[in-house]
Amino acid sequence: MNLSPRFILQTILLAIRQIRAHKLRSFLTTLGIMIGVASVSTVIAALTGLKEQVLSEFESFGASKVFIFPDQPDRAGQNRYPWREIKLKERELEGLVENCPSFEQFTPNTDFRATVIHGRKEVPNINVVGIWPSWHDIENRPVIMGRPFVEADEADAKPVAIVNDDAIAELELPPNPVGSIIMVKGRRFLIVGVIETNRTGMMSFQPEQTEIWVPFSTARRMQSPWSFFYVTGQVKSPDLVDEATAEVRYVMRSMRQLGPDDPDTFRVEAIDQYIEQFGKLATGITAIAAGIVAISLLVGGIGIMNIMLVSVSERTREIGLRKAVGATPSAIMLQFLLEAVVLSLLGGLIGLGLGQGLAFLLTIPEQGLQSASIPSWAVALAVAFSAGTGVIFGFFPAMKAARLDPIEALRHE
Amino acid sequence: MIIRVTNLRREFTVGIETIRALAGVDLSIERGEMVAIMGSSGSGKSTLMNILGCLDRPTSGTYELDGKFVSGMDENELAGVRNEKIGFVFQSFELLPRTPALANVELPLLYAKQPGDRRARAVRALERVGLADRMDHRPNQLSGGQKQRVAVARALLTDPALLLADEPTGNLDTKTSDEIMRLFADLHDEGRTVVIVTHEPEIAEWCTRVVRLRDGLIESDESVEPRR
Repeated sequence: MNLSPRFILQTILLAIRQIRAHKLRSFLTTLGIMIGVASVSTVIAALTGLKEQVLSEFESFGASKVFIFPDQPDRAGQNRYPWREIKLKERELEGLVENCPSFEQFTPNTDFRATVIHGRKEVPNINVVGIWPSWHDIENRPVIMGRPFVEADEADAKPVAIVNDDAIAELELPPNPVGSIIMVKGRRFLIVGVIETNRTGMMSFQPEQTEIWVPFSTARRMQSPWSFFYVTGQVKSPDLVDEATAEVRYVMRSMRQLGPDDPDTFRVEAIDQYIEQFGKLATGITAIAAGIVAISLLVGGIGIMNIMLVSVSERTREIGLRKAVGATPSAIMLQFLLEAVVLSLLGGLIGLGLGQGLAFLLTIPEQGLQSASIPSWAVALAVAFSAGTGVIFGFFPAMKAARLDPIEALRHE
Repeated sequence: MIIRVTNLRREFTVGIETIRALAGVDLSIERGEMVAIMGSSGSGKSTLMNILGCLDRPTSGTYELDGKFVSGMDENELAGVRNEKIGFVFQSFELLPRTPALANVELPLLYAKQPGDRRARAVRALERVGLADRMDHRPNQLSGGQKQRVAVARALLTDPALLLADEPTGNLDTKTSDEIMRLFADLHDEGRTVVIVTHEPEIAEWCTRVVRLRDGLIESDESVEPRR
């Protein structure tokens, strides 16, 4: 058999001519692969862009943060711990501050809903958050007007508040609201500072909303007895996160006098765990997308097989002639196989182009993705899989063509 | 000797019945002969032509073409023999649709071991059949006679040992038939070996020898004075 590069090249040209001779049919045939590859590559591009964005957000959020929550341990069939044992206490917070050397600082976080009144303006159901002065530093939220919270606010549980800049409009405060008095849950508060509203990244979808911060000790006095708080700790450096987590567990377990067989009655989480969780989610979605591409390639492949069978039947006389002038069965096989491969490859490439176009559209809206491009591994995979589809589903029709008896084929009507 | 066939048999099995298409044919054709193979339908002339054209293999007997025993060859070897030694001309031309005459003529060289300059060889073949001015025409832009000329050019392309024509004028009117037969006669006069399978006596008139088949056997084999 003479399968020289020259022959293969000429066979590819022949396949392209054949496809061009039946433009509409070829387009419709490869549409399945086109749509499949386009949709999946869009999803993968969007996901890749989203992943980058979320990761950078987590980074800016702080890679060196550890959260401590009250948590009911998951003990099948055993008694549940009473809530009063589980929820965090102020003296436990003090214990963490004193006994965890890997941490720079801590802040508790607690919140409640309250009606806020300024003059005649009354806004119900505003989220009021209680924090320590260290919160400004840990969350990187400095004041843009007035002053941040200080130790004295916390120690004396002062009726002072910091608002975000959205509150100025919503509560009809003066342009510089520092010194204004607002009523929170019926108590008078002096506004001492203003914080810029956090509108970056994922929070950007939220509508304008008033936020109010008060000292933690002040908040605790205004809350119901059932309320709870969680703790955010800032680790001295990101590579100490594992050590810091271990410290928290040790300190908490000894303060709560848990035995060696008792489970944790609290939960410690670090940012990198969230990153890991998100990574798992993204991988899961990618796997689902890969499943969809497998199905669409199967459907597209069946379409190609169908049209190749039609093509073989239509061109029976041509096959007979080619055999009569000296084409071997393998030469005929190659001709039809390459035609199927070129067809599905074409669909895959157009699909990739379409997918990149759609992914680009996702980056156009102001609050859309910052970037979305098909990663090179996905491009390579799409090309390889669509070519593979051509080979697999073109094989049977090509085999049929190669096996035709030239005499019968030339007699075919 | 270009063709030597001895005791050639070809049987087909249809269900439980065995049909004997060729029942022991002996035939020799010299280089430069122009032979008409005649016979009514069912006489075995198509089967003989398929075997002579290496499209089919005999059940028994030997076939020697241009010094090669082709009766024992496999499918791939036969394809090579068809490509190098045989030029086919069919009743219904068998040109590729939507393909220019030149590309149609080039086709056999796609499968050749030594294709040489395909384009130049195809141009020469088209010039030989008098279609130098129709190279870019597609089959639907050509008349029946012109189509058959393209087919003859394609058959001449590899400079084959044998031109094998199956009812080459079956789809043509009388005047065009004469033109095509004159082309075959010219090729014969140039020294080519031509075998024409036909049932028309007017076509056989152009040949130097007429072989008649009947029930799978040679009924008569006579040399005749060709019309020129």
